[in-house]
Amino acid sequence: MFLQQLVNGIALGSVYALIALGYTMVYGIITLINFAHGEIFMVGAFIGLLLVSYFKVNIFVAIIGAMIFCMIMGVLIELIAYRALRKSSRLSALISAIGVSIFLSSLALMVFGADAKGFPDTAFPVHQISIGDADISTLQMLIIGVAAVLMIALEFIVQKTKIGKAMRATSEDYNTSALMGINVNRVISFTFALGSALAAAGGVLVGVLFNAVSFNMGLMAGLKAFAAAVLGGIGSIPGAMLGGLLLGVSEVFGVAIGYSSYRDAIAFSILVLVLLVKPTGLLGQKITKKV
Amino acid sequence: MGDFLQSLVNTIDPYLMQILVNVGIAVILALGLNVIVGLTGQLSLGHAAFMSIGAFTSAMITIKSGMPFSLNLIATGVVTAVVAAIIGFPILRLTGDYLAICTLGFAEIVKVFFLNFEPTNKALGLTVPSAKTVIPMPIYVWGTAILAIILVTFVQSSRFGRALKAIREDEIAAEAMGINTTRYKIQAFALGSFMAGVGGGLYAHFLSYINPSDFGFLKSVDILSMIVLGGLGSVPGAVIGSSVLASAPEFLRFMSQYRMLVYGALLVFLMVFRPNGLLGGVNFTELLLKAIGKSKSPAPAASKKK
Repeated sequence: MFLQQLVNGIALGSVYALIALGYTMVYGIITLINFAHGEIFMVGAFIGLLLVSYFKVNIFVAIIGAMIFCMIMGVLIELIAYRALRKSSRLSALISAIGVSIFLSSLALMVFGADAKGFPDTAFPVHQISIGDADISTLQMLIIGVAAVLMIALEFIVQKTKIGKAMRATSEDYNTSALMGINVNRVISFTFALGSALAAAGGVLVGVLFNAVSFNMGLMAGLKAFAAAVLGGIGSIPGAMLGGLLLGVSEVFGVAIGYSSYRDAIAFSILVLVLLVKPTGLLGQKITKKV
Repeated sequence: MGDFLQSLVNTIDPYLMQILVNVGIAVILALGLNVIVGLTGQLSLGHAAFMSIGAFTSAMITIKSGMPFSLNLIATGVVTAVVAAIIGFPILRLTGDYLAICTLGFAEIVKVFFLNFEPTNKALGLTVPSAKTVIPMPIYVWGTAILAIILVTFVQSSRFGRALKAIREDEIAAEAMGINTTRYKIQAFALGSFMAGVGGGLYAHFLSYINPSDFGFLKSVDILSMIVLGGLGSVPGAVIGSSVLASAPEFLRFMSQYRMLVYGALLVFLMVFRPNGLLGGVNFTELLLKAIGKSKSPAPAASKKK
């Protein structure tokens, strides 16, 4: 029982972590809460669904297709809705992000209709594998596996490549990096592309897991993933992973104990409690504000 | 008295009247949030939660007791303000985005609480009996809205309001000047929530049906967009912003299918082209004085403002 719920929780949590990474990277660089991120996740799920149902492609190809589509979308969103606002107040950029979010979810409502759509059964063959008293489905293994591969790839990009170095420098100090000859606009576009691709992968995985893709799935998933990012310490990449897993596991355990109608409150209660004890999140760095 | 006012209300087209009442409630809510975000600079993404606390408190008071409506609203406001102060005491230590996400989380918790709260019918929602007053609701709403406008205008220029502005501009500097920032922030939070509670009470009795899901994240965002659109920290801005956004869905009804799409796109374009809000940086007192030909500042200085 315990092991079973733990696996369920890790599967859900790794999806939260994938979405949370996008929030945390964007926040780390331009201190913007990208409220449209949840909708990118939703669009990713729809693109994956389209690819699987109409083009009959393999689930992995669908994930990659959705990632590429959302990468382009993320870069375009940044270009249209955020770039002009980089120098103005953060609240204006926030409202702009909320506008993008409303726009995308109502666009999806118009295009795909209000009812939830499911993936065809042939999308991914589900088998149960028993380990001890826990039944682990191949689907859960797929989710955890894909999430792990993507996070390792991200860690590699951020730590080992030149553009990753530029990203870290920009998030450390925007103006100084610009002075050092880093093309900050390109770095920001790249960050949006990376974050959106991860969210799209998360979207397809959630769509297959719950077998439901709907126009309003982005809002709650986005809010929870953002809570995960803040829980882990916003701006910190390992923090987002930790926060996502923590939220996923505690949510699943909360439901298992019998608080299923409080499902959405669990994540936020943990968040509020952690922030009260440690206002910078679990792995966040303390920033001393100078006058 | 009541009959006369009712006949006065009846002369206006009911559809237009409904829009006007929605605008009036939005004005009260937006002014309340304006105290928290615009004046004090504390970003709150959970204003709808206080509205829902107000709506349910006020509805329960009407159901359980025969309290006159004006007393009911005051009691509702006080309850909401007390809740806000209790919540605010721990979370207002946080700043910026952490505070925003905490208020957001709190709002979700309140929503889930009411969705599971037996006395208010859980997710079914609550049918609210008509308010115990002879004055028709539209006049009540606008009377309250005008009171709110007067209240916030006075608060802005009071000692209290100046302290809030100091906190907004620089919290550390304000503290160094001897302003008790925690106390003022909690008071501002409570004042804004008081108005949200009153707005919620009016909303509940005007619609006569409330559901916890109506007070979700999008409602908070709606109210926030109103004050950002109008220009933060300005009373006329909040009034105009809430009038525009509360009536926009009605005016966009002719393209009913696309209206949320257009609304989202409008928010983006407004922000890109007028990042400080539609009326941000416009000094209304100066405009008014100029209009009646009593401008104190010479004309060139006034035109430079644009």
